[in-house]
Amino acid sequence: MILRGAIFRLKIVPRFWRKMLPSIIIYGLVNSVNLALIALGFSLTFGISGVANFAYGGFYILSGFLVWMLLNYLKFPFILAIIVTIGVVGLLGFATYWVILLRVRGIALSEVIATFALGVGILELFRWLGFVTYEFTLPYFKKGMVMIAGVPVDYQRLFMIGIGLALVLFLYFFTHYTRIGLAFRGIAQNERTAISLGIRSDWTAALSLAFGSAMAAVAAIVILPLGIISINTGYEVLLIAVAVGIVGGLESVPGILVASLILGYAQIITGTYFKPQWMMVVYLAAIVLVLAIKPSGLFGKFKELEERV
Amino acid sequence: MKFRRERLDRGIKARCEDIFALSSYREIVYLMFPRVLPVLILLILPLLQGVIGLYWEKVLMITCVIALLALSWDLMASVGLISLGQALFFGAGAYITGFLNYTFKLPPILTIPLGTLGGAFFCTLLLLPVLRLRGVYFAIVTLTLPLLLARFIETTKILGGTEGMSALSPLPNIWVEMYVPILALLICLFAFRRLINEDYGLVLQGIRDNDRAVMSGAINIYWFKAQAVFIAGLAGAFAGAFMTHYYRFVGMPAFAMDYSILPLTAAVLGGVGTFAGPTIGTFILMPLSESLRAVGTLRVVFYSAILIICVVGLPEGVFHYIRRKYHQFERMVDVG
Repeated sequence: MILRGAIFRLKIVPRFWRKMLPSIIIYGLVNSVNLALIALGFSLTFGISGVANFAYGGFYILSGFLVWMLLNYLKFPFILAIIVTIGVVGLLGFATYWVILLRVRGIALSEVIATFALGVGILELFRWLGFVTYEFTLPYFKKGMVMIAGVPVDYQRLFMIGIGLALVLFLYFFTHYTRIGLAFRGIAQNERTAISLGIRSDWTAALSLAFGSAMAAVAAIVILPLGIISINTGYEVLLIAVAVGIVGGLESVPGILVASLILGYAQIITGTYFKPQWMMVVYLAAIVLVLAIKPSGLFGKFKELEERV
Repeated sequence: MKFRRERLDRGIKARCEDIFALSSYREIVYLMFPRVLPVLILLILPLLQGVIGLYWEKVLMITCVIALLALSWDLMASVGLISLGQALFFGAGAYITGFLNYTFKLPPILTIPLGTLGGAFFCTLLLLPVLRLRGVYFAIVTLTLPLLLARFIETTKILGGTEGMSALSPLPNIWVEMYVPILALLICLFAFRRLINEDYGLVLQGIRDNDRAVMSGAINIYWFKAQAVFIAGLAGAFAGAFMTHYYRFVGMPAFAMDYSILPLTAAVLGGVGTFAGPTIGTFILMPLSESLRAVGTLRVVFYSAILIICVVGLPEGVFHYIRRKYHQFERMVDVG
């Protein structure tokens, strides 16, 4: 039915729109996987494990600047810089749990406020330290581009699509078929039962925070080369992650994929056919709409009872 | 010789707490002192312009405005609605006031009350569909609403767009500038404290603690939540309306994140739930941040650090500590 609709549309739309269609499809896919990659780490901690990590934007930008500093100040080779950054940011996420979240675990709003303040603090610290000029860029994995259906797509974006889809699949299998992944879901569903089954709740939550931050680092390393590392991206990243999580349902991996497809295509279509400034409004409007109509999101299940009266 | 710490109510508190038969001036002063002291200080400070200097008088004024936002945050928190976006109320009041003054050339004496009412009304309508959300989800919506409105104004270019509306009417004289926010703050502080101690406030606190129980008592919790948002919106929109005429300008910075984070930090620092707490928190936080103005953006890092330390280490806030010290004393007791 989708194909029939596409052919139908191809026949009646004017030529200008028909010419834009392949580029919309392809850039929509690129944008969607971009959003999915960004939202993965946040969904792993907040959605799947129930541990708030609103410092996500801060960790994202922190990874970008860390790679930059390792490359430019310490002259590390690129591969080594990537591995070290992912490790360091993962450790930082792990430490965040023990230092900040441990004492407020269970009080959802204190968790949100504390981690949000941490994220803002990291971002504004970088702004104060002066990391705001145009020289802060990360190198591409491989330069060059390829033409797909008449649309130029560079290799970095192809890498992004590949790595993004691979990580989504990895996350699905990890949280459904490995012991640690199942433990993540267990502590979110019912912490006491999980503890009574021998799952160490604090360690599991700290590990989920570490994994989520490491995924933020991976997303940063893949996406940031496409532009400069700007500090306001940190706030946007958090907004994207929250939007994708809420629209798709915080605890479901298929939800992340579907929500990022919806939001990605909605963004590209508004950017092409309306003014580009409306692109940002898409996330915010989506959040407010979904929360007003179906707060648990498209695929979310077990939060229904708790999130509204 | 092992000791434990024992905490007891002071004698004077036990004597004059419940039964209002005060028998000495000492008891009267004990009860009145914490209430009268801030009122006297706030009313006298603007008269000391020569001693303190005009700059700190301006700081006092903006502290009162942020304290109003913190009070409105605290009222919403007392109903169980934690908002991460008080800038919504501030911006709504500011824009409506600015619009009335810019387009219809109404004087401030009309635009400020109209802006307050209109801003509160607008925000209540905007938040009506999401009032049934709890906890984190409501916080996320309030976080995004100011951003959404700011973007909306930027893209549709209504109400001045990115340039805003400038050259609005000024306030009559400096005494109005000083005393209006101070009086508004005192009225809000004591009115909210009175409200929360009446039966109405008991219903609000019940909604915060266990909304299903209140619902099962045949009380329409959405109506009460809407009323609480409206009353909190009055305080917040007044802050915005006043600042519009003070700065004589309104623009997208009215929805800045500063106006959301500052009341939140002040309330968490001072003690959530007690309206005196956010007030004290603001009066600690704002002068401190003004004296740090030299370090620029590092201030926000400073707010974040305070917020983290208070949320994690001092969750009760400063006010609870002060009140405990005032009403109770501690001693070490020998337990063998």
